[in-house]
Amino acid sequence: MCGIAGLIHRGKSSNVGSELQGMLQALKHRGEDSTGYALYGDTDGKNFVMRFKVGENVGEGSSSIMEDVSVYDERKKIVDQYLSEMGAKIVKEERTLPYSLRYEIDYDTKDLLEFSQKIESIPGVEILSMGKSLEVIKDLGNAKMVCDRYSLDKVVGTHAIGHARMATESGVDIKSAHPFWGYPFSDVSVVHNGQLTNYWNNRRVLENKGMRFMSECDSELIAVYIAQKMREGASLEEGMKDSLTGLDGVFTYFVATKDSLGMAKDTMAAKPLVLYESDDLVAMGSEEIAIRSVLPQEIDTYDPFDGEVKVWQI
Amino acid sequence: MANLKTSEKKSKAQSMGMHTEILTGRTQQKFFNPDEAENFYYFGTYDVDFNKRTDLDVKDMTAPEANKEIDNLMSQGYGTIVIKNPQGKHSLGVGILNKLNLIFEGSLGYFGMGSCDGPTVRINGRVGWSCAENLMAGKVVIEKNAGSCFGAAIRGGDLICKGSVGARTGIDMKGGTIIVGGDAGAFTGFMMQRGRIIILGDVGINLGDSMYDGTIFIGGSIGSYGSDAVDAELTKSDQDWLTRKLKVAEIGENFDVSKMKKIVAGKKLWNYDNLEPTEKKGAI
Repeated sequence: MCGIAGLIHRGKSSNVGSELQGMLQALKHRGEDSTGYALYGDTDGKNFVMRFKVGENVGEGSSSIMEDVSVYDERKKIVDQYLSEMGAKIVKEERTLPYSLRYEIDYDTKDLLEFSQKIESIPGVEILSMGKSLEVIKDLGNAKMVCDRYSLDKVVGTHAIGHARMATESGVDIKSAHPFWGYPFSDVSVVHNGQLTNYWNNRRVLENKGMRFMSECDSELIAVYIAQKMREGASLEEGMKDSLTGLDGVFTYFVATKDSLGMAKDTMAAKPLVLYESDDLVAMGSEEIAIRSVLPQEIDTYDPFDGEVKVWQI
Repeated sequence: MANLKTSEKKSKAQSMGMHTEILTGRTQQKFFNPDEAENFYYFGTYDVDFNKRTDLDVKDMTAPEANKEIDNLMSQGYGTIVIKNPQGKHSLGVGILNKLNLIFEGSLGYFGMGSCDGPTVRINGRVGWSCAENLMAGKVVIEKNAGSCFGAAIRGGDLICKGSVGARTGIDMKGGTIIVGGDAGAFTGFMMQRGRIIILGDVGINLGDSMYDGTIFIGGSIGSYGSDAVDAELTKSDQDWLTRKLKVAEIGENFDVSKMKKIVAGKKLWNYDNLEPTEKKGAI
């Protein structure tokens, strides 16, 4: 059991960091092994924001192996060197935690595949997100703990998706936490509630097509699957509709891009989703209490039916 | 612990405390004698006065606190209780075993009104998954939409949703009536064993999948039929019952019940006959 939540403001910005924190904290009983945020903030759109990690959180409950902190600095140095070699200029650098970094990068490219492969060739380094609007922040603990650790409550933006995880299919670590970046696409992220039963079959096919998997979490498959469909020319909505038959198992998942937010529900409707939709706001979550944290007044909500796919634009 | 070797007259199962009576017909008719009703005490029930009314704001309460307070109010004789600010909380109103007028001014989360036996409930909002699960008797009316597993395993009573419901409505139901004014999702009536489901709108795929018994009435389109769900003739008696039920439920009063489809179990899937499994496959 995990909890997912998402919201999109249409035609305006809002304090999405704080709003998503409230929604995910309301779902903490569905799992608090880790919590992740994919926030689409207000930016000037000039530079890429790269969120990446050079190590794991090895705190209480973690399934990761303790490393000497000095290796984090070594890895960071190599990242800086590779960025320089690729002509990417670091405009701003933040190191929130020893293992977690945020770079604003001046880099002119449309294909992030080569870029990402180069950076992630460094052992222990993983790009959590890359985009001109998207920032993925994920770590161990519940929504409030992660929000406080990364000071997310003041992030202003148009939309966001998030995930409260109870680890069932893989370890308790950041690499298995959601959201997953839709590698190598800029500004694409995915969160998922459910289990996928044809994970390995799909993974082998996608790896043969050059796609990368960083974890053994079945949910990562959705991000890679959608990204591959988009690589082949499908729109986000087309890719999501294709996934209803291409992915086997039970699932409800959200995908977000720079200017849109989508949801898909499997054909057995085995995983919950409650949806609120108005002209200026769409909010959805595994349970109504998530929506209530941003809309405490009486509202009309509904459960999407089996096999339903919906996409909203900002 | 019983000594299995020395219990001559009892079977091994009986010695272990298991009941082995063969129940036939309606068990309540066999065991319940109305003349002895006054000797029965139904634990956890109260005599309440419907004219004694109060409000309860549960905004800052947890579900156990709210349920305990409802129980406390019933113990004081309150027969009409209005719950303010439920705000999608889970498991509200569960385990009420006596007559009561309960009104929720807002929406409930999962498992609302579960395991109840007797109350009349109006929810002026939406409900999440598994509303009124295991309802024994009473009436629950939802003014907006409902989530999946609506009325799971109910044994009796009327469960009415004026909006649309999710998947697996009436799963495993063993009695009672579920009425939905809007549409219903996939697997409606999945493995139902008794009772009736009325859906005025459309239903999704696998309607009545693996149903043992019971009856489903559909007013709109059907995504697909599940295993062993078959059409049956809609009789005049059915139409009269539907008209009466919809009127009492205050839903779809002008609905043309003569156009509804009636779905029942084909009774070829389960142990209704002596066919071997391979023969059953052929029969289906």
